[in-house]
Amino acid sequence: MDSHVIATQPVHDAHEAHAHAPYLRHHFETVEQQREASSFGMWLFLLTEIMFFGGLFTAYLIYRNWYYPAFVVGSHQLSIVLGTINTAVLICSSFTMAMGVYSAEMKRRKALVGWLLATIILGGVFLGIKADEYHEKWEKHHVPGLNFSVQDFTHPTDAEPALPLDMAQKTQVYFSLYFAMTGMHALHMVIGISILLVLVVKAWGGAYTAGHMTTIENFGLYWHFVDIVWIFLFPLLYLISRHQ
Amino acid sequence: MSTATIVKLPPQETASLPKRSYLNSEYGLKSWLLTGDHKRIAILYLISITFFFFIGGAMAGLIRLELLTPQSDLMATDTYNKVFTMHGIIMVFLFLVPSVPATIGNFVIPIMVGAKDLAFPKVNLLSWYLYIVAGIFTISALVLGGVDTGWTFTTPLSTHYLNTHVITAGLGIFIAGFSSIFTGLNFIVTIHRMRAPGMTWFRLPLFCWSNYAASILMVLGTPVLAITLVLVILERAIGIGVFDPAKGGDPLLFQHLFWFYSHPAVYIMILPGMGVISEVISTFSRKRVFGYTAVAFSSVAIAVFGFFVWAHHMFIMGVSNYSALVFSLLTMLVAVPSAIKIFNWAATLYKGSITFETPMLYAFGFMGLFTIGGLTGVFLGSLGMDIHLTETYFIVAHFHFVMVGGMLMAFLSGIHFWWPKMTGRMYPEALSKLAALTTFIGFNLTFFPQFIVGYLGMPRRYAAYPPEFQVLNVLSTAGATVLGIGYLLPMLYLTWSLKYGKIAGSNPWQATGLEWQIQSPPLTENFIETPLVDHEAYDYEWLAHQTEHEVQTVG
Repeated sequence: MDSHVIATQPVHDAHEAHAHAPYLRHHFETVEQQREASSFGMWLFLLTEIMFFGGLFTAYLIYRNWYYPAFVVGSHQLSIVLGTINTAVLICSSFTMAMGVYSAEMKRRKALVGWLLATIILGGVFLGIKADEYHEKWEKHHVPGLNFSVQDFTHPTDAEPALPLDMAQKTQVYFSLYFAMTGMHALHMVIGISILLVLVVKAWGGAYTAGHMTTIENFGLYWHFVDIVWIFLFPLLYLISRHQ
Repeated sequence: MSTATIVKLPPQETASLPKRSYLNSEYGLKSWLLTGDHKRIAILYLISITFFFFIGGAMAGLIRLELLTPQSDLMATDTYNKVFTMHGIIMVFLFLVPSVPATIGNFVIPIMVGAKDLAFPKVNLLSWYLYIVAGIFTISALVLGGVDTGWTFTTPLSTHYLNTHVITAGLGIFIAGFSSIFTGLNFIVTIHRMRAPGMTWFRLPLFCWSNYAASILMVLGTPVLAITLVLVILERAIGIGVFDPAKGGDPLLFQHLFWFYSHPAVYIMILPGMGVISEVISTFSRKRVFGYTAVAFSSVAIAVFGFFVWAHHMFIMGVSNYSALVFSLLTMLVAVPSAIKIFNWAATLYKGSITFETPMLYAFGFMGLFTIGGLTGVFLGSLGMDIHLTETYFIVAHFHFVMVGGMLMAFLSGIHFWWPKMTGRMYPEALSKLAALTTFIGFNLTFFPQFIVGYLGMPRRYAAYPPEFQVLNVLSTAGATVLGIGYLLPMLYLTWSLKYGKIAGSNPWQATGLEWQIQSPPLTENFIETPLVDHEAYDYEWLAHQTEHEVQTVG
């Protein structure tokens, strides 16, 4: 890659060679400036993402305080096993992503492609499990608006306490938030996996192992962010009052 | 013209536009639609927001025509609802929010900081495309039959009770939000990371500071609007229950989330305008802006305070007395940084060599009208007064004084000020002064009667009103006609000037900013060599020194 550039662009001195790095965009003075700008831009973007999810977390906070009993029984309807597996899957995918960034740094092309593929697979597993959970909610009539019944909460078949009808209705708020929050998270996963597919193809062509790896680094930040959102969602949605 | 001016044009017989500039570096529609050049994107934005401004303006015209008579006779009442909703949505999200930042800001901020472009040119172009898609959604909502929630999308009205195109319009605003986020993000990164050597934070023109502050609001506030709209759309489309009282949701939560963005949005709209005024006042008083640091930090202070006052839109909606008290106090506090700006501009004028070019006339209009708009905001921020005045025409007059009297004046001031830089040609001076005057008179005639009629109790958002309010409403409609002419004039003569305007030369105003030290219109790469900044902003002595020694900075 490098030798190709030198062959076509005669270099006068070291400074010139630096300035003409093939990935240096024309409006930046130095590679360093470009790297700093894009990483700063990515952090700012993640800040907007925090505010985006922040609206949902605010709603959650308020309603959980108002309708605590409804949130408890709603939460107990979720599968703690699947939730835990998914948490583990996602943490592993963050590890594979971090290894991907490390491989890019070490300029190991095949390792990078391998780790990115592993990340895609783990992300896919997460979404698969999530889809299964959604399906289960549908079968149990726990989807507010489309397919909902308070039967499970007014006349529970398991050991859960029965709620008065008024509070049982409020489980719809819990499930609305459950779908909105995990849905937005899943949407971010889908977008992430789509970008990863592009990155794998480019990485195979050697785009990120020739010294310029900002894209991989920034995508890593995004992926870890999505992971962290889940780390908050899991206890907030699955683990309400599990000690009882 | 008897008044003295500082306009310094090159001798017109020999003057010519530079051979190479960003306008003629490439030709063809494709070279514009796929451009990464911040200046071309600014022009694309300018054309598109002008288009939407005139659609929104036509809606305003229809509203004023309907209100000419006390009965609802021009259109059915639900049509009236749709018309004022569209007026609000288009003017707020498709005109005011992107107006100064996406056009003037896009054009001059990279040059002001001494950079070749914004940090992310592709993101900048993406932001324009998102804006266009948002516009298409909004226009489709209009064409398909309209939306009548008001621009505030109040739940449960918007989610349950209306059978209009709420989802289409909501998606439009959602997308426009991302366009705005990307512009803000680009500005912040550019101002942090792309400044030329020697361009320290306190050498930045105040226009950069105020756009920086507005960008912070865009980046932090807009995502909250986005998620709120997603919830409204989900609630409407599939019936989830976050805001639906029947399912346990609270409509007031929607108000909190909506105004958490939409109050800061007011500052997103006004702050860049304030930046324009700082530049213009300084240039045409030939003085450094008085209290540069205070003006710079007042922008940031407005941005910070702006996040903690949203509930003043909700005093009559049943928020607790204690939170109303706190929000009222915080609202009063925003008046402090705003007043700092007004007083410092006034102090800049004091003993300055003031000249009355068109941008300056618009700037004077801004100072007067914004002050009235701001002070009536204090009325509305005080709890007792607000109960009487809210949801009346008083509040309509108040925010139009700030948004139209303030922001639109600032926008026109800026467009006239940087027009020679953008196009290389001057606008016709006498005609533009007439336009500035027409706008000012038309504006006051339109909106001042609304303060009175609102104080007397005429509610907003109704097509009919008691006959005793007719005189004031006729005044207002007459004013709107004058105002309309005031806006058509610049549209016409600015277009005319593209071909027939006098050649402006690089620095017709003898202004100090970096953008005035390069050719007009600028080269695609702005600077031939990266500039080295060794002087403060608004340093007219440095400029005189430059002129004396004919230092070669023009490409």
